[in-house]
Amino acid sequence: MFSKDRWKEILEVLSSNMLRTVATAFGVGWGIFILIILLAAGKGLENGIRQDFNGVATNTMFMWTETTTVPFEGLPEGREFNFKLEDVELLRRNVPELRIISPRNRLRQSEGDNVIRGTETGSYRVYGDYPEIIEQNPVYVAHGRFFNHNDINEKRKVVVIGDGIRQDLYEEDEEAIGTYLKISGVNFMVIGTYKEKTSDGGGQNSEREIFMPFTTFSQAFNRADNVGWMAITAKDGSSISELSEKIILTVKQSRKVHPDDKRAIGFFDLYEQFNRVESLFGALSFIAYFVGILVLISGIIGVSNIMLIVIKERTKEIGIRRALGENPWSIKLQILMESIFLTIISGMVGIIFGALFIYGINALLDSVGPVDMFLNPSVSLGVVLVALLILVVSGLLAGFIPANSAIKVRPIEALRTE
Amino acid sequence: MIEIKNLHKSYKMGSNSLHVLKGINFSVEEGELVAIMGSSGSGKSTLLNILGMLDELDDGSYDLDGVPIKDLNETKAANYRNKFLGFVFQSFNLINYKSAMENVALPLYYQRVARKERQEKALKYLEQVGLREWAEHLPSELSGGQKQRVAIARAMAAEPKVLLADEPTGALDSKTSYEVMDLIQKINDQGNTILIVTHEPDIADMCKRIVHLKDGVIIEDKKIEQVRAAQYVQ
Repeated sequence: MFSKDRWKEILEVLSSNMLRTVATAFGVGWGIFILIILLAAGKGLENGIRQDFNGVATNTMFMWTETTTVPFEGLPEGREFNFKLEDVELLRRNVPELRIISPRNRLRQSEGDNVIRGTETGSYRVYGDYPEIIEQNPVYVAHGRFFNHNDINEKRKVVVIGDGIRQDLYEEDEEAIGTYLKISGVNFMVIGTYKEKTSDGGGQNSEREIFMPFTTFSQAFNRADNVGWMAITAKDGSSISELSEKIILTVKQSRKVHPDDKRAIGFFDLYEQFNRVESLFGALSFIAYFVGILVLISGIIGVSNIMLIVIKERTKEIGIRRALGENPWSIKLQILMESIFLTIISGMVGIIFGALFIYGINALLDSVGPVDMFLNPSVSLGVVLVALLILVVSGLLAGFIPANSAIKVRPIEALRTE
Repeated sequence: MIEIKNLHKSYKMGSNSLHVLKGINFSVEEGELVAIMGSSGSGKSTLLNILGMLDELDDGSYDLDGVPIKDLNETKAANYRNKFLGFVFQSFNLINYKSAMENVALPLYYQRVARKERQEKALKYLEQVGLREWAEHLPSELSGGQKQRVAIARAMAAEPKVLLADEPTGALDSKTSYEVMDLIQKINDQGNTILIVTHEPDIADMCKRIVHLKDGVIIEDKKIEQVRAAQYVQ
């Protein structure tokens, strides 16, 4: 099967009409090229969007209060209310599937700068948080430390600032840790700086937030035991989407909100959002395969067509060979191998050009800087192997009909053909 | 060598059936050189095709070297053709993208002879037909006579029991025809059995026996005094 003579013959036949062979090969190569490019584009989009989720605990929901719309237990509708710290404890007890419940507060941003350091000022978001928030936000401590439960318990006036703030308010090589910032009139010591895990440049607000212990925040800015909103992450294995109803019902009870009041508590389910994006990726790669394979099929039909023409042209030769005693199976095998060889070679060329194209796109992306929602388009080795498998199968299919028609002609008729 | 009894063959042409061979009885001994003659439509080519296992017989029996030839599937037929028969065609039927030597080596390839031995044998047979130095040439670079000699070398390469030639000189001028016949006679002198289909009386006269076919039956079968082709060849 892999004899030198057979390969010699395959090459002789395919190179005897080079232009036609190349034109045929182009169809298959183009199909594979399109398939590879589509899959890579899908992957690039996926990588880009995934990066936005990078480091975020995706099994998370956010929950905040609105105004009530249904009167309940003597309380009127249109009532404003706040979560309390006791709600957090209540949730911990009632919903054991939750891993992290982070009560959060934010300083209402007034006009003008709220942060002062010497002569430098700036306007930044300021949050009161528990230490666990760092597991839910896609940030990491670059210098110093994050605050801990001791800071919470002792209500220390310490803050962790974004690296962007450090760049705004400090000199290039100045040490920020240990210095003091005045935030809305209160002095806080900087104990750490953080950076974001994603490096897509971000907007103006990236790495420009300030975190301080929740208790410190409550005391400094008079929030008592009010909670602005909560970031709630479920344990692995539990879905936050399934728990959200129970969570909301629990806080409705403790806040004396009518159980059917749909608008009193707002929430955002990150996991559901994430799943929606995940299924989008699935759909994208399905479309890529679908379109790519359709294009490929037209190439394969081209190969099949050309093989039929080649057989027609070689009818007499096949007759001669059979008169000389060549086994029909050998002829069939020969034609199948020619077809597979042609598809694989042209497919390989398509893959190579696809890879070069992707390489070029990557180089371009690197040189112009990150593009929103698009990152590192690539195809995995698995995809290439699948493509090769598709090629072998399609080569077989393309050669099958011609091979059969070749041996169906009786040698006597084949010899008569002029 | 060849034993044919009561051979019938007809072709279906739409609703009509054309009875081409109507009971042929015919046998050939080893070492014979037989000319099968007849006008167009007499059934001579059909007979040769059946002898060559390129076509199937409808009725009767055909034994080749003691082997009954019947119920052949294509694989078996190919095998028998390769082992028993060598073909020479009017239009040479060389494979045009293969060199003379490769063409001659082709039947040996189908016998799974090793590459090196194949080439040696091919060169030996090319030597016999006087084309040793044309071994690397493609058929398109050869003259008609040379092509036919390559074809004869190819037919002989597998050392067949019987050589079947269908109008071997039909596409050649008379001088070249005699050269080819000279070659065929020499091969016959070595003891090979050869059947030639021809409609040219001078070619038939160079055989040892002439079988006349008319309308699907043998009307004459006679041994003759062979005319040597060598006297016409310088």
